[in-house]
Amino acid sequence: MTSTPTRTEAPIVEVTDLHKSFGSNHVLQGLNTTIQQGEVVCVIGPSGSGKSTFLRCINLLEEPTSGSIKVGGEEVTDPDCDIDAIRRNMGMVFQQFNLFPHLSVLENCTVAQTTVLKRSKEEARAKARENLEKVGLSEKADAYPAQLSGGQQQRVAIARALSMDPQLMLFDEPTSALDPELVGDVLSVMRRLASEGMTMFVVTHEMAFAREVADRVIFLDGGYIVEEGDPHQVIGAPREERTKTFLQRVLDPTHVDPGAEDAAYSKRHEGDATSDNVVKPLDTHGHYGGGAGIG
Amino acid sequence: MSTTATSETPAPVKNKLSPRRRAQRIRWIQYAVLVLVVLALILTVDWKAVHTSFFNAEDIKLTFTSGLGTAVKNTLLYTVGAFVIGLILGTILALMRLSSVGPYRWIATAWIEFFRGLPALLVLLVFGTLSIPFPGLVIPFDPYGTVWLGLGIVASAYMAETIRAGIQAVSKGQVEAARSLGMTAGAATRKVVLPQALRVVIPPLTNELILLIKDSSLVFILGISAGGFELTKYGRDLGNQTASLTPLTVAGLCYLFITLPLSLLVRRMEARQKKER
Repeated sequence: MTSTPTRTEAPIVEVTDLHKSFGSNHVLQGLNTTIQQGEVVCVIGPSGSGKSTFLRCINLLEEPTSGSIKVGGEEVTDPDCDIDAIRRNMGMVFQQFNLFPHLSVLENCTVAQTTVLKRSKEEARAKARENLEKVGLSEKADAYPAQLSGGQQQRVAIARALSMDPQLMLFDEPTSALDPELVGDVLSVMRRLASEGMTMFVVTHEMAFAREVADRVIFLDGGYIVEEGDPHQVIGAPREERTKTFLQRVLDPTHVDPGAEDAAYSKRHEGDATSDNVVKPLDTHGHYGGGAGIG
Repeated sequence: MSTTATSETPAPVKNKLSPRRRAQRIRWIQYAVLVLVVLALILTVDWKAVHTSFFNAEDIKLTFTSGLGTAVKNTLLYTVGAFVIGLILGTILALMRLSSVGPYRWIATAWIEFFRGLPALLVLLVFGTLSIPFPGLVIPFDPYGTVWLGLGIVASAYMAETIRAGIQAVSKGQVEAARSLGMTAGAATRKVVLPQALRVVIPPLTNELILLIKDSSLVFILGISAGGFELTKYGRDLGNQTASLTPLTVAGLCYLFITLPLSLLVRRMEARQKKER
């Protein structure tokens, strides 16, 4: 992107009082945050807390119900805004990879370059190879997505996004659909990206990654930002009760709260935690404000 | 069935067959019926008459030499032209059905329901006689243009539904990925959605092509000069001349010669798609 004179001061993304509802389901209830150039922000929180919706609002894959999102100073929700131009500068990596199955790995990385940025084929290929090299998959350039493992597909998806030379990368639970032994490769690519100074906004369940790589961690629950700050503080020594409860469950799934039957039940069913809460009217600890079914 | 005394009275082994024995016997009966029917056919049918009217050597020769090639060519021309028009219109209609603009959806739905509900013969007849109420109207490439339009429009209604299903089979995440790379809605459709949808849709569209090959026989109701005869009309006219069914038999075999390989192809493609999934 062309540099603006106020680049160092003005945040890349500025979110003000963001609300989002699906019908009567109020998923995001007034979020405020900013992302600075070069910053790595991780969003953590229980499933159904609105993390993914929050991220998807930033490149307008979800239309906010109200509030303001400014990207590079431009109001995204404004109907006059050229959303395609904004998305060009913002890479996105999906939980389900969403590679184009009819195109080879290389073509996946070039198709948007040639159609959107009008780059020449040679230029696009060179850029794609450079980024495939970066994610360690240059030898898979001619393979098709179906021939790759989940971890490899996700790394191709990262290379595809990087090939557009984005100013900001959005990651929507990039490792949640992966077999455990494949998570490490993807995380190390992301770690390297962060160390190179890429601005990143990451929705994740990987607490160790968040603690190590993030400059700032946002804990989201029930559509609110419950706690936000230095990762060592938020993850290591959370101030809020809800953050503590969540982290306890994530970091130590075998831990049982004395006398908390509901929590113990939920722990045993970590995967479908939200559906448990639909059935059980718990909230003895005040966690899970609602918003079941959104992730 | 009585269950009260089963434990005391011994099972009547001699009178009752075991299930497997019974299945075996039923299978034998089925074979016997088949053999009897075939025997009856062989004995009762007048094979000589069948031979002289359906497979008359002289008439076969006559059929092959009086312009069978032109008839095959015309059948293929009518079919391919109608298929192309149907495909183009069908794709447009499918996109209209999925449009966010209400009236486009309504028009497409009305078109599809209208032409799926009418016999192709009737539509073709209307297109063939359009020049009577509208003398100034000239359909280009006559008679081919008339057939292409008539059959193509009917085919478009069926193809639109197939293509729509194919488009909807492409996951939402694909569009999201394309859009998040900065592609416009149109570019995402052209580069990402349609190529994947077409792949899904090729086997059913090939079936549509087979149907069209057969429907091209409807052309016989249009008053077409000999140069425009397709297989059915050709066979029928020659049959009238020779007072024999042989030309129609030859025409029928020509249809099978085209359609059977296509059917085989469809089955292959479907099997491969099932494997890929």
